[in-house]
Amino acid sequence: MFSVIRDLTRYNIEFTIGMILVSLVVVFAGMSFFSPVDPTLIYMAIPDQPPSGQYWFGTNSRGQDLFWQLSAAFRNSLIFGITVAVLSRIISITVGLLSGYVGGWVDRALMFINDIFVAVPIFPILVLFYFVLRNDMDSFTLALIMACFGWPFDARLIRSVALGLKQREFTRHATFAGMSTPKILLEEHLPYVMPIIFATFMNNMLWSIGLEVTLAVLGFTNLNNPTIGTVLYWAISHSAIVVGVWWWIVIPVILIVMTFLGLFLLAVSMNEYIDPRSRLRRMGA
Amino acid sequence: MTQDRNDILTVDGLKAYYQMDYFGVHREVRAVDDITMTVRRNEVYGIAGESSSGKTSFIKVLAAAIRPPMRIVAGTAKYDFKGKSFDVADATEAQIEAVRWKHLSYIMQGSMSVLNPVRRIGKTFEDFAKRPLGLSGTAYKERVQNHLERLKLPADVLSAYPHELSGGMRQRVTIGLATVCHPEFVIADEPTTALDVVVQKEVLGLIREIQQDMGSSVVFVTHDMSVHANMADRVGIIYAGRLVEEGPTRDMFFAPKHPYTAHLVASLPRIGDTTQRPALEGRPPSLAEPPAGCRFHPRCPLAIDKCKTDVPPLETVAPDHRTACWRWRDVEPLVAPQRVSEVMA
Amino acid sequence: MTPLLEVRNVSKRFVMGGVFGRKVVDAVQDASLTLSAEKPEIFTIIGESGSGKTTLARMILGLELPTSGEISFAGKTVSHRVGRQERLDFMAKVQPVFQNPFEAFNPLKRIDRYLESTARQFLKLKQQDDLDGAMDGALQKVGLSLAEVKGRYPHEMSGGQLQRAAIARALIPNPPLLVADEPVSMVDASLRMSIVNLLRELRDSLGVSVIYITHDLATAYYISNRLIIMQRGRIVEMGDARTVLDNPEHPYSRLLKASVLSTEDAGAGKLATDPGMVALASDAMGRPGRLVDRADGRMVRIYEGV
Repeated sequence: MFSVIRDLTRYNIEFTIGMILVSLVVVFAGMSFFSPVDPTLIYMAIPDQPPSGQYWFGTNSRGQDLFWQLSAAFRNSLIFGITVAVLSRIISITVGLLSGYVGGWVDRALMFINDIFVAVPIFPILVLFYFVLRNDMDSFTLALIMACFGWPFDARLIRSVALGLKQREFTRHATFAGMSTPKILLEEHLPYVMPIIFATFMNNMLWSIGLEVTLAVLGFTNLNNPTIGTVLYWAISHSAIVVGVWWWIVIPVILIVMTFLGLFLLAVSMNEYIDPRSRLRRMGA
Repeated sequence: MTQDRNDILTVDGLKAYYQMDYFGVHREVRAVDDITMTVRRNEVYGIAGESSSGKTSFIKVLAAAIRPPMRIVAGTAKYDFKGKSFDVADATEAQIEAVRWKHLSYIMQGSMSVLNPVRRIGKTFEDFAKRPLGLSGTAYKERVQNHLERLKLPADVLSAYPHELSGGMRQRVTIGLATVCHPEFVIADEPTTALDVVVQKEVLGLIREIQQDMGSSVVFVTHDMSVHANMADRVGIIYAGRLVEEGPTRDMFFAPKHPYTAHLVASLPRIGDTTQRPALEGRPPSLAEPPAGCRFHPRCPLAIDKCKTDVPPLETVAPDHRTACWRWRDVEPLVAPQRVSEVMA
Repeated sequence: MTPLLEVRNVSKRFVMGGVFGRKVVDAVQDASLTLSAEKPEIFTIIGESGSGKTTLARMILGLELPTSGEISFAGKTVSHRVGRQERLDFMAKVQPVFQNPFEAFNPLKRIDRYLESTARQFLKLKQQDDLDGAMDGALQKVGLSLAEVKGRYPHEMSGGQLQRAAIARALIPNPPLLVADEPVSMVDASLRMSIVNLLRELRDSLGVSVIYITHDLATAYYISNRLIIMQRGRIVEMGDARTVLDNPEHPYSRLLKASVLSTEDAGAGKLATDPGMVALASDAMGRPGRLVDRADGRMVRIYEGV
């Protein structure tokens, strides 16, 4: 396992950079657990202070220490992204494997539902949920709703892999060895699907965090909960750039770019690693 | 090794290994481990060996088709195309391009790996053969038509897609592609393995005919000994990356001088004969960790202590017949099939 | 004679294509054969690609349903459209051996999984010791042992060993019938005969009947009791293996035998096939004809006007 990581860092520059970026962000987010201040409180510090020895990232117009604000924000956003990705993986694996293996009317029904979810425009629906739930919409509820929209594309992908696997000899062999359908799906077929899960996991995280940021910047989430999006919302509503409080926008944006770039590079390099042909090409050429 | 004018290919001490040291995997697979042999002009040389014997890697080297992580680590493989010498070990891309298809071509196993499924046969012919032939327009068309006739293929096969043809026809097209430029050297890699018995015989007959017509040399690779019996002039047996026996076909079948060859011949079932066929113990060795000494010794019924430590050299023991076995004198000619161990004990 | 397996006038038709341009393929037409329960035998189905032999095997295993006719095993009709328990009961008695040993096992999983699952489902064993005992017993029958196989992945074993392990797995429920589809065509030459000899032993010492599907006449001659030769979905000749192969009567059987490469004339390069023989065989293709009995016990398909 470690030799794999060592070789990846040695030969794959994308993995190295991705690893560094993501580690930095994760460590930064992790520091929020040791935060001396409560990030939801406002006017705890002198507002509009530029970055200095006392306030590393400065303070914002709402009197919050930006360092701890952002730390909490990134923590919440990362956890949010992971939650959505995990929940939607579960749905897409179940639907994809079942659909591909069982076929027949089950397949048709599931794919019909799948296509509906693809066609439905997600953004207006999320806004609608916000208006209905208002302040009851916490992070977890939003994650649940997003997970319900994040599975269709990947379910189709997994289904196509399952269709191929159904034809392979070892599937028939497993049937004659007495294995039941659930056992075959979970133990024989799932390992083949893991590379797709990996790759789409990262994509899903990026998508959900991005969507959350969009919602927050427009004001459609619980604005007191610090997330990347809400930080930006407050910065914009306080006209940060115009007023001269540049660190309130610039520093979060740098961190966001680091996160997204890091996750993307990791996804790309993991993908390449998992496919043995591209791995060999990289070390042979 | 001095090059005989009559030899079209001279292989000398060839070693080609896969060397991998990345992503947590350390392996040196000695696919071709010191092979020395020649192929003469106008002959069919059969190479027999099983999967994981290294024969596929060997012919990949001969076809100048190896890529890293597989490398030639020692030795040479020199062709002599009408005075022009071409050494696979240090050929440039340009030299390989100039030689490929015009002097040296390759018939692969599985016609679908050569024939592009979304291109008509005629287009594929153009892709492969137009440039090496150096013809165009009517001259090119005529040449291709004549060639197809010889292969007993109808002229309208050029406008068909590969999936519209039967397996036998596709294989004939593949042979046609490989031979339309009249190359002096053709490598055939299990060209009939996936074919039915009746079609196989036709295709083999065709290859033989074309070879005799063109006066080219063919290196024919297959694990099926009965194909070698009817196709090859000489046969070489590869085991675990090494050449263990080589000689004229008839001698190899009726007077083999290596226990592995003797077993391969004796174990062939025949119509008209129901006596028990011998089976060989053990399994083909791994090319990454081959046994010490003679690589066949763990499975050999004639093995003695010497075989475990000393590698037997390939020596000439009869006219044109070489073998690498310490006990070659004890290998009995098997005219009647019996248990290998009973005969040799 | 109690029949073990009865195939009665079975045909299988595949319809391909949509509403426009349907294509009909008659993979198997009017095939009949019977295996007896008292006398275990090796029954060979010989045919080339497109002969329908694989389709027939799949129908016997219950993976496809015949378009017409009936297949019954131990008196019960064979079908996959039954409840799980009934299907398990059937699989306990009829087990397959597949062509490609490397494909038959999931490359990402250990081999003993399949053996353990078979022992658990069909022998209803629960304790690990009982399971190990059953697996080892079956492996010993094929010349392997549990110690050799436990924890191994498919790529760590040779084709011959894998195929033997697959046969061992098929033997765990003690089935009276094995259906082996080209079991040695993908196995190395030096290991092939050990598998073929094993099939012989299974019949002689363990009383297991085997339906052996192949295109190789030589191994068919070597181990079969009876055989059928199929051409384009129809049985063209049927009977005792030695009788039929020593003197084939049907033009297609004759062509097959003449096309087998022998080693007797090693080095002589005799590759010409008599074109007359080829013409006669392709004449016969596609024509229904009818099967008649001959004095020496075989059945041959003859055609009017020939």
